[in-house]
Amino acid sequence: MAADKKIGAYICKGCGLGERLDCNQLEKIAKTEGKVALAKQHDFLCSQAGVEMIKADISEGVTHVMIGACSRRAKTEAFNFTGVAIARANLREGVIWVRPDTDDARETTQEMANDYIRMSCAEIKFMTQPETSGEQGLIKHILVVGGGITGMTSALEAAKAGYNVSIVEKQAQLGGAAGQLFKRIPVRAPYQHPADTGIAELATAIAASDKIKVYLNATVTRTSGAPGRFSADISQESGSTVTEQFGAIIQASGFKPYDMNQLTEFNPDNADVVDQLGLEALAKAANGAAIKRPSDGKAVQNVLFIQCAGQRSQKPGHLSYCSGHCCSTSIKQAMYFKQYNPDIQTTVLFTDLRTPGAGGENFYRSGQDQCVTFLKGIAESVTPGKTGPKVKFDNLLLNETVEQEFDLVVLATGMVPNSGPNPYLEQELALAKEKKETEKVVVLEQELVFEKSKASILNLDYRQGTDMPQLVHGFTDSHFICFPYETRRTGIYTAGPVRRPMDIGQAMDDATGAALKAIQAIENSALGRAAHPRSGDLSYPKFRKEGCTQCKRCTVECPFGAINEDEQRYPQFNEARCRRCGTCMGACPVRVISFDNYSVDSVGQAIKAVDIPDEFSEKPRILVLACENDAYPALDMAAMNRSEYSAFVRVIPVRCLGSVNTIWLTDALNSGYDGAVLLGCQKGDNYQCHFVKGSEMAHYRMSKIGDTLTQLNLETERVETHEVAITDIQRIPEIINNMAKTIEKIGMSPFKF
Amino acid sequence: MSSVNTAMVEKYRNNFLKEVSDNVEEGEWVRMCMQCGVCSGSCPLGPHWEHPPQELFMMIRANKREEVLSSTSMWMCTSCYNCMVRCPRELPITHIMHGLAHYAKRLGLAPKEQPTNKFSQMFWNNLVQTGRVNELKLGLALYFMNGFSEGIKMSMKMRPIGQGMFFTGRMAPMEILGGHGVKDQKGFHAMLKKAEELEAARVGAHV
Ligand code: SF4
Ligand code: SF4
Ligand code: SF4
Repeated sequence: MAADKKIGAYICKGCGLGERLDCNQLEKIAKTEGKVALAKQHDFLCSQAGVEMIKADISEGVTHVMIGACSRRAKTEAFNFTGVAIARANLREGVIWVRPDTDDARETTQEMANDYIRMSCAEIKFMTQPETSGEQGLIKHILVVGGGITGMTSALEAAKAGYNVSIVEKQAQLGGAAGQLFKRIPVRAPYQHPADTGIAELATAIAASDKIKVYLNATVTRTSGAPGRFSADISQESGSTVTEQFGAIIQASGFKPYDMNQLTEFNPDNADVVDQLGLEALAKAANGAAIKRPSDGKAVQNVLFIQCAGQRSQKPGHLSYCSGHCCSTSIKQAMYFKQYNPDIQTTVLFTDLRTPGAGGENFYRSGQDQCVTFLKGIAESVTPGKTGPKVKFDNLLLNETVEQEFDLVVLATGMVPNSGPNPYLEQELALAKEKKETEKVVVLEQELVFEKSKASILNLDYRQGTDMPQLVHGFTDSHFICFPYETRRTGIYTAGPVRRPMDIGQAMDDATGAALKAIQAIENSALGRAAHPRSGDLSYPKFRKEGCTQCKRCTVECPFGAINEDEQRYPQFNEARCRRCGTCMGACPVRVISFDNYSVDSVGQAIKAVDIPDEFSEKPRILVLACENDAYPALDMAAMNRSEYSAFVRVIPVRCLGSVNTIWLTDALNSGYDGAVLLGCQKGDNYQCHFVKGSEMAHYRMSKIGDTLTQLNLETERVETHEVAITDIQRIPEIINNMAKTIEKIGMSPFKF
Repeated sequence: MSSVNTAMVEKYRNNFLKEVSDNVEEGEWVRMCMQCGVCSGSCPLGPHWEHPPQELFMMIRANKREEVLSSTSMWMCTSCYNCMVRCPRELPITHIMHGLAHYAKRLGLAPKEQPTNKFSQMFWNNLVQTGRVNELKLGLALYFMNGFSEGIKMSMKMRPIGQGMFFTGRMAPMEILGGHGVKDQKGFHAMLKKAEELEAARVGAHV
């Protein structure tokens, strides 16, 4: 603790705190035990007078402000003092609102408040006001990888906002898959007819923009750095390579159509069986005249669209998901025929017709209105017939099997994301092997062969792999629930069908969002501020090199690939890539990683500051480490509902459960706590964890805590880890109370000194 | 089979949906059905039909022309309008049912023995004679619809009611001799003829 620290403790008597608690006692504890320089009470601390009082002290030299009032999530605007470190003791939501106002309860309630004051005083001693590292850069230049409709839209949107853009496109022209279309699904009311693709206009606008540079026949062969200071090598087919500096990156690498040749049951060798892009080519060639089939050039009179071909199917090699656009695309393509001649028979064979989006239903109706026939059924096979492909299908509504010949059959196959190799597959495989999940191992091994065959798109020189992490089916990971653009590589945004299946309209929206996020990343990183979810945070992980054993756990566990390795094989933290989750801090076995305002010490000392009554007092102590994103707000909300929970609980908010270092638990148990509950977010494929992998890491680490407990000769029930959501307002108090009951059953810890 | 029928088969070949769209009253709505099945689930008679509305609509799309037009199903509709108020796509289902029945009848494909069809024909035949319904004749014809002995049995059963109506002046037995009619019968028949011509021309126009 530096000598020039001057801590001011302020205790509020408003909101009923004055009536329910003995504030003089709180003040005394802050002074005698907390050893603060000054301690004051106020009737209404968040009022102007209260705030002015604190401000006056700050100008008199207070550097650290400890506020004993409401939850740290309340009154953030009032208690927002610049240039000082702030700690909050939660006396309102954490104490009086969760305890009954009875004479019986008074003593334990006061003890709770006393402890929170002790804890915050201990915590603040180990906090400093965070400052930026100084490694920031400001480069208003965005790299867009992929020149399809998503990339083009992103580039134009960013340029409109005044940022320079370089588009890197593998092909010889811009346009991507959308460029191969005859028309597109309409995105404007009345959503009735196929619309122009708009590619030509976009290309013209790009050519006309002095902010956009286009590299055709080019790929990105190396990317290094961090948001605000990326450096990328752009290699062209001609053999020349240029290196450019970027502030942020948008990956819009699109999709590949699923290979219809894998669908042998549908006679893919038949020239008159095509996929949707195949039909687009025919329509483009016809350009509004009769669409001719490939085999003999006969004008098509009778066409069948088979929906979900190789999609939404669990058969090996098929796509298990729905690509979202194909029903609308088939309707659009049926209209190509109808617009030329309404008497051409167009039949869409579907199992569930899905036309998402605002205009989807209108477009479907328009298709019906134009006499497109919709049959609910499943295609069994396609074979060569006398006049054209013969299709055998089950009509699901009439419950009969039909065989019919068509002039042309169109297969609505799905979208396969065009992502680079999954950087975490080998790690997942190793884990599955360790857990002896044989089925998963087989699947992952197959996937690994496929992933390894893929070319890298970004060629990141990150220690954690060359490309963007994926969620499932090769789609790049981004936080679906809370901040859908935020990927697992800060400052690199994926947009369009590489992120999830989508149509042109959705891809353009996605592209615009990604452009705005890229701009935000550039501006934030220039100021040293974190991206979501700790947006604006200036703290970043600092590490004591002398103590590091080079175990590399931090570099492996960081969900965002923020940590590289320097020449001496020490971890190299890239502040701008970091999301400030603290997972590295939780991982480090020698505890050399810390933030200015959040560290193993700041939490560890708060844990130790709690007064532990002796074994015979019948007053156990339960430590709750609650994720600040979901569990802690849920507890606040439970308090607003006045749900009661045990007075023996001491709650400490953590940035992410991933930041929990097991030393906190060992220390807590050693110093006499009777139990501990860890509350984090949902993990796995449907994760809600704000830091994607933090909760998962914590669960993994905690699965090993049993050994520690056994060594200490303690019951394993004393430590529990739960996945909770922000809506678990009733469940969380129950979890806490159940732990209190468990302690009652198994008895107090023998470690009370 | 009527010549109109042959002409229609010739004209629409394999596109029964279009034929229905063009020729059946409110038939253009059939293509808007999204096959949710709410109508079939709502129809109080649904369980007794061979093909409830949703299925009829699917059969139309599947080109089951013969089966649809010769079906007894749409003749079963009681015009309760349950389906129509519930259909999420707002199809005028009840009207389509009658439209289909009417079209089938016009093409000569309607099932002759279907009671609704039979009674409707009887009603029509009765009505066109004088321009007024002759209730006595219609009632008796209805009793004897299914043969002589059935008719006698039915008449005996209904005798007390008939007597009651007679004594209170609700039934005029003299109606059996011809009955009353509209004033200008000649004009009435001319009107019907004209209407038939117009209708034939309308259907013919599509042929
Ligand atoms: S684990 Fe979290 S805090 Fe640590 S470097 Fe990675 S993103 Fe930053
Ligand atoms: S109107 Fe006819 S078809 Fe509709 S529910 Fe009633 S009886 Fe059934
Ligand atoms: S309720 Fe309407 S939309 Fe649904 S099946 Fe019946 S007619 Fe079709």
